Amino acid sequence: MKVDWSTFYQHIIEATGETIYMVTLTLIFGSIFGITVGLALFVTRQNNILENRWIFGILNFIINIIRPIPFIVFLVFLMPVTRTVMGTTIGTGAAIFPMAIMATFSVARIVEQNLMSIDPGVIEASKAMGASPLQIIFTVLIPEALGPLVLGLTFVSIGLIDFSAVAGYVGGGGLGQVAITYGYQRFDTSVMIVTVVILIILVQIAQWIGNTIAKKLMRR
Amino acid sequence: MIEFLDVSKTFKIAKREVHAVRNVSLTVNKGDIFGVIGFSGAGKSTLLRLVNLLEAPTSGMVKINDTDLASLSAKDLRQLRRRIGMIFQNFNLFSSRTVAGNVAYPLKLEGVPKAEIERRTAELLEFVGLSDKAKNFPEQLSGGQKQRVGIARALATNPEILICDEATSALDPETTADILKLLKRVNKELGITVLLITHEMNVITTICNRVAVMENGEVIELGDVLDVFTKPEHPTTQRFIESVNKDLPSAELLKEWHAAGDKHIYQVTYTGGATNQPLLSQVTQKYDVHFNIVYGSVREIQGNLLGNLVLSFKGDQDKVSKAIQELQAIVDIKEVILDES
Repeated sequence: MKVDWSTFYQHIIEATGETIYMVTLTLIFGSIFGITVGLALFVTRQNNILENRWIFGILNFIINIIRPIPFIVFLVFLMPVTRTVMGTTIGTGAAIFPMAIMATFSVARIVEQNLMSIDPGVIEASKAMGASPLQIIFTVLIPEALGPLVLGLTFVSIGLIDFSAVAGYVGGGGLGQVAITYGYQRFDTSVMIVTVVILIILVQIAQWIGNTIAKKLMRR
Repeated sequence: MIEFLDVSKTFKIAKREVHAVRNVSLTVNKGDIFGVIGFSGAGKSTLLRLVNLLEAPTSGMVKINDTDLASLSAKDLRQLRRRIGMIFQNFNLFSSRTVAGNVAYPLKLEGVPKAEIERRTAELLEFVGLSDKAKNFPEQLSGGQKQRVGIARALATNPEILICDEATSALDPETTADILKLLKRVNKELGITVLLITHEMNVITTICNRVAVMENGEVIELGDVLDVFTKPEHPTTQRFIESVNKDLPSAELLKEWHAAGDKHIYQVTYTGGATNQPLLSQVTQKYDVHFNIVYGSVREIQGNLLGNLVLSFKGDQDKVSKAIQELQAIVDIKEVILDES
């Protein structure tokens, strides 16, 4: 049974809204926690401003454990926790929880890598000027790495659009669910094409926004 | 002002101990431009970082104005670091901040009011001659301009001491000369004590009044630049001096001259006042001996002239000997022996 586009378009708009909502919220939580964890990872590294073998080792271990898990497996695996925290395992709210956790660790690794590209000499110079570790984090590390950081977050947010589609498979809502329920399970190619096109457009917009901001920050 | 008392620093790299600095004792006095010279790996970079405790000594004591750095709390140490400006070989400017932003940074750390920061930043950029670049970003500047920004930033908090980590090593000779002039102004006009490290003898002779030569973590020679330059004791020091002051022509050239009839080749070295009189012509005229300057240089170190001339004397053997004898009383003169090997 093919969908009736004269009414179905509303369904598509709603689903697009859900996808944007999921991705945006996940990006916000993922960035806040991810940047924090990434900074912690960087500053506790050997020979760095707050060197701490234990904190670095634990964070590094957790990231290395979680990141390689395929998202769909992680999503299902985390369901008991999701139910406890969010009260449900269905819907966009329930999808955001595992997405945000996965995003946190992706962002953390990207943040750490961006920070490592900062010339250590610049950090040494700020130390020599009498900056405290906190001052170094907020007035040197973050501003110096901001341009590449925005590009990294853009990369993650595009990955999140992908995650949101996967979440749709297990009842997370959004365009992914529409594509699977109507396009795949009911063999309606038109729905498949429309959702794919919208997803492509969303990715393009996200990339464009990220590039524009990063360009402004890096002045290149 | 800065005192090193039997200071050593050992790094553990992959379970191997590296003695970067060994038993160094030296004093930098107020108003000095003190140079530490050494080849790479000599430990001078580590020595410099002991001054603001970017590296902590393994043993011994570093004192600044009679305060033992090891006794300072983290907070007091940060306060002290604000009294010690530092500049770097690779400038280490903040790429995300403008020139003015870089200079303002240490003042922001101190919580100086905004109006005062602007006034001070403008004043410093004026001092280093970069007022027109205030709004530019570091990547738009040349190496010499970047180092000027580095100097302005290091001076922002009115330090008593400026430490320079190979500050001119990444610059071409002309720019090096400009930066050295600026450092001299920092010393003379602002009364800031300068401690610098370098591998270029030229830097030492141009601006330093005192020098320490380092090798394998040890200070192997120490003293006033003029003394060390004229009477180097250690072979390494001699090598550094040769790098700016090759005192003899090559053996090939000497042999050629000898073969062509220049039999009396002498090397004359002198410092300071002896140059005020026409000594050579007086003495040679007296004995009816002629001379020809075949090689040489005169350089200025710390306001003293330092001459090194290779002369070929022509005339009667006897008269040449007498003229040489008389000259010996006034300047250092010795025959250049041909290396027959």
